[in-house]
Amino acid sequence: MTEILSILLYIQIAMCAACLWRIIRGPTIPDRMVGIDIFGILVVGICGIISVQTGKAFILDIGIAWVILSFIGTLTLAKYLSGRKLNE
Amino acid sequence: MNEMAAIVLISVGVLFNLFGCIGLIRLPDIYNRLQAATKCVTLGCCSILLGVMVHFGLGSAGFRALIAIPVLFFTATVAAHALVRGAYHFGTKMDKKSVKDDYRETVK
Amino acid sequence: MRYVAIFILSMIFWLLVTFRFTPANLAAGAAASLLTSAIFGRYYFHNVGKFLQPRRWFWFIVYLITFLWACLKANLDVAYRVLHPAMPIRPGIVKVRTTLKSDFARTLLANSITMTPGTITVDIVGDDMYIHWIYIRSEDPAVYTAMITGRFEDYIKKFAE
Repeated sequence: MTEILSILLYIQIAMCAACLWRIIRGPTIPDRMVGIDIFGILVVGICGIISVQTGKAFILDIGIAWVILSFIGTLTLAKYLSGRKLNE
Repeated sequence: MNEMAAIVLISVGVLFNLFGCIGLIRLPDIYNRLQAATKCVTLGCCSILLGVMVHFGLGSAGFRALIAIPVLFFTATVAAHALVRGAYHFGTKMDKKSVKDDYRETVK
Repeated sequence: MRYVAIFILSMIFWLLVTFRFTPANLAAGAAASLLTSAIFGRYYFHNVGKFLQPRRWFWFIVYLITFLWACLKANLDVAYRVLHPAMPIRPGIVKVRTTLKSDFARTLLANSITMTPGTITVDIVGDDMYIHWIYIRSEDPAVYTAMITGRFEDYIKKFAE
């Protein structure tokens, strides 16, 4: 039970590393921003798995707050991308 | 019983996340990457949160996980729209395999 | 009227997140919901009466079930394309005309298109939606409009217009 959860947690962290690879390697700026967006969603999954593993519910609050903050961050980045050329 | 159901749901979620990340690494240009990653990672995280809800039962923690699911759905899709539109206006080229582009005349 | 709807919705959200029913918690939630409805009330829910019609709720549930099924299919589709050694993709941006009028219905349609197999909404200009499609199956506008918007447009028109 606990071992399975630990393995799933390690897989999830390895996928975060894949997102970091995309952020470092990505040929253009929008590619890096896609990596940042997906990274923000994956962290919510990590919060869920840790809250099951430790049995503490307050970690889910961190997850909800993380979703909303990463959403605002992505919107700001997207606005920067489109506003750079159109002068909106 | 509840424990088994929770573990199965969380495993399915991690599997979908894995597909999304393979897509993020393998696909050729930003539009295709965003498609694969947004769909798979959003549904995977929703499945993980559903598993958390099954594990905790319908109490204080369960409702928190249940609230997080629609929030995640709406924010992820709206962020994907904003990102793909910003990338197009930024001038990112589509991949060589692309066959059709109706949006180009509208932008100009 | 729509300020009251926003107030009730944010109060329900607060109670589900905190899940404590002490008087202090209720008062804090009421204060926060009042502030939220005062600021954001003028942007949402131009016709609150729609919430009270059972017919709309029935079509909403039908839409939800269809949507979840399409969402699951979308993930298996992406898994097939990603794991296939040759990656069968044929991407492009197509133009689709929508008949929905209200902003809420259009947002909902764009979100459903994003979560269904192989499509993501890029932009809405006037009545036209621009959609990035990962594998273009046909070049005929009538055929691909029916393929992409399909049943979702009917259901959304029945409960959100």
